[in-house]
Formats: sequence, structure tokens, C-alpha cells
Amino acid sequence: MADTLFRTHPLAHRRAALAELSAAVGGLSVYPEDEVAAVDLRVGPVGPGGDALGRALGTALPAEPNTWTHTADGQLIWLGPDEWLLTSAGGDPAELERELGWVVSAFDGAAVDVSAQRTSLRLRGELARELLSLGCSLDLRPTAFPAGTCAQTHVGQTVVLLLALGADDFRLFVRQSFAGYLADWVLDTAEELRAAPCHPAALANLSEE
Amino acid sequence: MQLIHCPWCGPREEVEFHYGGQAELAYPERPAELSDQDWAEYVFYRDNPKGPFAERWSHNAGCRRWFTAVRDTRTYRFLGTAKPGEPLPVTQQREARV
Ligand SMILES: [Zn+2]
Repeated sequence: MADTLFRTHPLAHRRAALAELSAAVGGLSVYPEDEVAAVDLRVGPVGPGGDALGRALGTALPAEPNTWTHTADGQLIWLGPDEWLLTSAGGDPAELERELGWVVSAFDGAAVDVSAQRTSLRLRGELARELLSLGCSLDLRPTAFPAGTCAQTHVGQTVVLLLALGADDFRLFVRQSFAGYLADWVLDTAEELRAAPCHPAALANLSEE
Repeated sequence: MQLIHCPWCGPREEVEFHYGGQAELAYPERPAELSDQDWAEYVFYRDNPKGPFAERWSHNAGCRRWFTAVRDTRTYRFLGTAKPGEPLPVTQQREARV
């Protein structure tokens, strides 16, 4: 008899290792997030299409490159001059695709369910930026990359959609098939932080001894 | 590694980008009248100047949009970038065809 297949989180096998890392390194918390519905939206940024979509979503599309805004139960993320990603924690992907597709099709736009494309990893704590900077070329200091900004860029060898949720709080959307690599990169790179903690508290302890 | 200025995303690392060949190639106005030689030149022949050269680049790892860049082929230095349809950021030298 055929085995029954159960849907598992792409990072299910890294959960324990990431939890151990978070417990071992003060100032760093890393964990896989629950999956969300995601819909890729294409519509002309200026004119009635963008306005209609904004009305349907209840919030204006972020026109500024590399920014995102909150929606009722998710995020609306700038991906390109005529492209956004809508995430929704409670929404049904097929339903969202149909409803929003109906709105934008009148303006030569498109809405595509891409929920299965990405999963997300959350990085928090005062060492989160330190860790990311070991594999990401962007200036991630809060002055240059404050809450509400995002970037599609590289972390290690993989492309990620990096969101700043707060000063020491990042969400990394990554392709599902690259999620294991990204988690392994985090685990591997964080060894450096275990060995030589360099956050201010640790340095203060060192100088006292 | 140098930074390339994406017209939308701003300065990003060079590895995020993909090269797309010479820019500003106009499609033949009357394609039906082209000889094989003309077609070959339109499809395959490209300028190869020593100096500033207008090229198409794509921000592959980022916004995935195509844009125009003027790059100095002697130094590999980027002199400027522009969105499609915008005027070239810097004048380029075109090699005279013999
Ligand atoms: Zn870009």
C-alpha cells in the first residue's frame, strides 16, 4: 500500500538545531516561520490600476522601491516598479488569486498564487545584523535599512527577500528548495558568534576580567 | 567587487546583475526589405569600442528589471545607469563601422 504523504515545513529538520543555536548564543534568535499565503501582483504603478488594487487591499501600494507596508493580516512588499508581493497569514491563496486577479485584470494586470515558492526564516536579536552582514553586502544598520524597508539580494549563495521588521528584527523569504541551505548557512556562520561573542555585553564582561 | 547602481534598487553588488549585450539597437524599419547580409549585421554584429559602451544589464537577483548602463570597456568602470526609455546617462563613443 502506498505511504500517505503529509505536508511538512521545508525547515522541519533544522528546527531543533536553530533552537539550540538561539539558546546558546545570547542576542540571537532564529526560527522558521509558519507558512503564509503569497500572491504576486503585477499592475501599472501609476493610474487607475494601482489605485483599484490599493482599494481592494485596504492600503496603498508601496511605490518607493525597497519598502513594504502592513496589511490587515500580512505584508505588501515592493518587488519591482510594477510588481508587489502580498502575504497573508489567514488568507486562502486560491481565493486571493481569484479576487485580486479579478480587480487587476481590468487594467492588464495579473495576480498569481506563489505561496509554494517561498518560506521564511526569522532572525532577531542584537546579533542578527552582525550575523547577516557576514553573508550580505547591504548596509543593514537601522539608519540605512530601517523597519519598513526590504531588499531582494544575496545572503551567502542564495537569493533572499530580506525585510526589516524592526531595528534587530529581520524576516528572510527564501525559495523553499534553498531554505535548507540558508538555515545551514546561518548555523555554520553563527559558529563565529559562539566562539567569539562580540556584542557589547560580552565585550564588557571581557574587559572586566 | 564593485557596486552597480540599479535605477530602482540603488547600489548593489555586481554579482546580482546579468549582462545583456549592446543597448540601443533599433529594429529594422522595413524588415521585409533586408538582405541576408543586413539581417546578419542586425542580429549578430555588435560594436566593440575601447571606451564607454552603452549596454543592457538586468538586476537578476533583485528587481529583475532591465536597464541601460554605460560602462568603460578599458577600466570596467560603470559611468552611469538609466531606466529603459530614459536618455543615456553619459555619452558613449560608437566605433565607426568600416
Ligand atoms: Zn533592481
